[in-house]
Amino acid sequence: MFELLVILIPVLPLAAVLLNGLLGSRYSHDIAHRLGWGSVGLSFLCAVGIFVETLRTGVAREVVAYRWIFGGDLTVNLAFLVDPLTCIMMLVVTGVGFLIHLYSVGYMHGEEGFTRFFTYMNLFMVSMLLLVMGSNYLVLFIGWEGVGLCSYLLIGYYYDRVSAAKAATKAFVVNRIGDAGFLLAIFLIFVNFKTLDYTQVFAQASQLSTGMATAIALCLLIGAVGKSAQIPLYTWLPDAMEGPTPVSALIHAATMVTAGVYMIVRNHVLYDMAPVALTTVAWVGGLTALFAATIGLVQTDIKRVLAYSTVSQLGYMFLACGIGAYTAAIFHLMTHAFFKALLFLSAGSVIHALSGEQDIRNMGGLRSKIPWTHALFLVGTLAIAGIFPLAGFWSKDEIMAHAFTHGQYVLYAMAAIGAFLTAFYMFRLTYLTFYGRSRLDHHVAEHVHESPAVMIGPLVVLAVLSVIGGFPGVPPESGWFHHFLHPVTVAAGGGEEHGAGFGLVATLMVVATAIALLGWGLAHYLYSVRTEAADNLAARAPGAYRTLLNKYYVDELYDFLFVEPAKRLGVVWDWFDRTVIDGIVLGVGRLTQSGSAGSTWIEKHAIYGLINVVGYANHLAARSWRRLQSGKVHHYAAIIVAGLFILVHLILVWWSGSSGIGVASR
Amino acid sequence: MVPLSAYVAVSAVLFATGLIGVLIRRNFIIVLMAVEIMLNAANINLVAFSYYLESMAGQIVALFVIAIAAGEAAVGLAIIIVVFRGRLSTNVDELNLLKW
Repeated sequence: MFELLVILIPVLPLAAVLLNGLLGSRYSHDIAHRLGWGSVGLSFLCAVGIFVETLRTGVAREVVAYRWIFGGDLTVNLAFLVDPLTCIMMLVVTGVGFLIHLYSVGYMHGEEGFTRFFTYMNLFMVSMLLLVMGSNYLVLFIGWEGVGLCSYLLIGYYYDRVSAAKAATKAFVVNRIGDAGFLLAIFLIFVNFKTLDYTQVFAQASQLSTGMATAIALCLLIGAVGKSAQIPLYTWLPDAMEGPTPVSALIHAATMVTAGVYMIVRNHVLYDMAPVALTTVAWVGGLTALFAATIGLVQTDIKRVLAYSTVSQLGYMFLACGIGAYTAAIFHLMTHAFFKALLFLSAGSVIHALSGEQDIRNMGGLRSKIPWTHALFLVGTLAIAGIFPLAGFWSKDEIMAHAFTHGQYVLYAMAAIGAFLTAFYMFRLTYLTFYGRSRLDHHVAEHVHESPAVMIGPLVVLAVLSVIGGFPGVPPESGWFHHFLHPVTVAAGGGEEHGAGFGLVATLMVVATAIALLGWGLAHYLYSVRTEAADNLAARAPGAYRTLLNKYYVDELYDFLFVEPAKRLGVVWDWFDRTVIDGIVLGVGRLTQSGSAGSTWIEKHAIYGLINVVGYANHLAARSWRRLQSGKVHHYAAIIVAGLFILVHLILVWWSGSSGIGVASR
Repeated sequence: MVPLSAYVAVSAVLFATGLIGVLIRRNFIIVLMAVEIMLNAANINLVAFSYYLESMAGQIVALFVIAIAAGEAAVGLAIIIVVFRGRLSTNVDELNLLKW
């Protein structure tokens, strides 16, 4: 029963993929979307069943679905590892995924390629579930590549739009860089352990030298950095907003981009042995959290602001991993999935209401026109800004508190400034979108409408989760969430200790709240009280403003450093091909040509004569024989059979008969 | 326990079926199918003797035969398609361009 449920979790969406993908064009959109969200919903129920069972027994179990590769000393099974970490990830992936699938029914209504959309979304669910459930690195890698593929397909969903096609390619190529690192890590693990199973690898991890552990951990980090959009490979994520909004919510905010965090937490045994790698993770995370937040300050596309905020929040999760707060990282991953999905989907609802408008400079004053969306977006903003007692407060505060109590004051300061900026740009977004004077185009303004219930419903659930999602982690460092994940995160000894006193924790909470409120206050002042102040500020520091608006010119830098040289190298090779290679080919050709002119003469006059004589002789000889060549296949076949009979007869009757060799004499 | 002779008999019957098919049918596709039957008759023989002689060689050869049969079918069907485009017929008796 347990095994069946576990296997059903990825198989149900897979069945929907096959049905919708192969037969989707034969039935209506209604059936297609029901298969889509229905299968994910059923998987969610299975996941709940598994979760309850794991909660009851508290043991990690491995379920082998299929014996996949076995030969020599290598055995790789298509197997699933069910432990508390997997349970949390499965619940988040299928739960949030289910809500987003439901929402998509309303959002994607009437779009070209509706069935295709649900096929890809379900394929994504399958891959993501393989990623989080796999019990060895190969299954993880299959899921890893699968989600990358689905990300590519869904970013390029509007493939007739050049920008979408380019963004899809960019995402795929940048991810590929990370994947190369990840593959290297898998190779290193196999070379060192002769197995790819998590359980066996972690059990033998202590035999590894520090240098090798660092190499593996850093290679894994390259993979994680690519998938989770951290410095320096984050550039694909903001462009990924070209996809439909539910895709941004599901793949580029709630689930796929957290795969890197999951992978680091899963491999924390290796990271614990490599302090250098761990420090790198922390600094990558801290820098990304701060860096992306500053870019988010000035962006004007509603989805891009959210994209940079996603990059920034992922930075917090990496920071948490880097300082050893693995549980806090997964906790923030979970709460972030709730409130970021909520924010993206409400942004989608805004875009839906404004017939596709995404520029917040053309919004404003929407509070009264779409009150539900406004309220839900506000809940999301409060949650991500870290206002007490919403979900984001508990998880973000825990990361910051952990950094502070473990003496990482620089990282703490970066996280704190990042938190201030987060609160500021999120409230800026809210004020510009929903408050103040309406700056809508009047054609658009006439058609503003609240989204249908099928879109608002999932949002309400997500809003509730964004409010209460933090309570499993209360009190910090010793809540229910921590006890549940405890067996996973401290499996190999060491790990988390409870050091900080209550007073310090409470002080840090107050500080965190003050930071968030300060950001809110500044946004309120600049975008609600004195609306011209923001523009003045931008005018006073045009250099800084333009640098932020152009995202620090990182895309341009990468173009200059990598893309353009690659193109120039292409031009050089093209020249080389045309002049040198083609020159050799042409030279050889000319040589042959002039040589053959001589041979032609000999051939025509000497050899042809000889051949004609032979040919005529043959012609005379063959005149009678050619009757055999009837042109009918049957005749040839009959002759072959006749020959066969004669040969068999010769062998059986004459030859073996006299010498006595045969099967029977064995 | 099925005796070896039974396998050989089945194989012989199959082989004869295929042979007759090749000899008397005019439709190129049917002829191709008949050839496949003959190949499989050979396979049965190979596997049966492999089992009887307790040697894996026969089964490995059978696997090769299966692979080659697949290739042969692919090439044969491709030829049929090309011929059919030119002649609108798959009658083998009409394909006599190469006679004297």
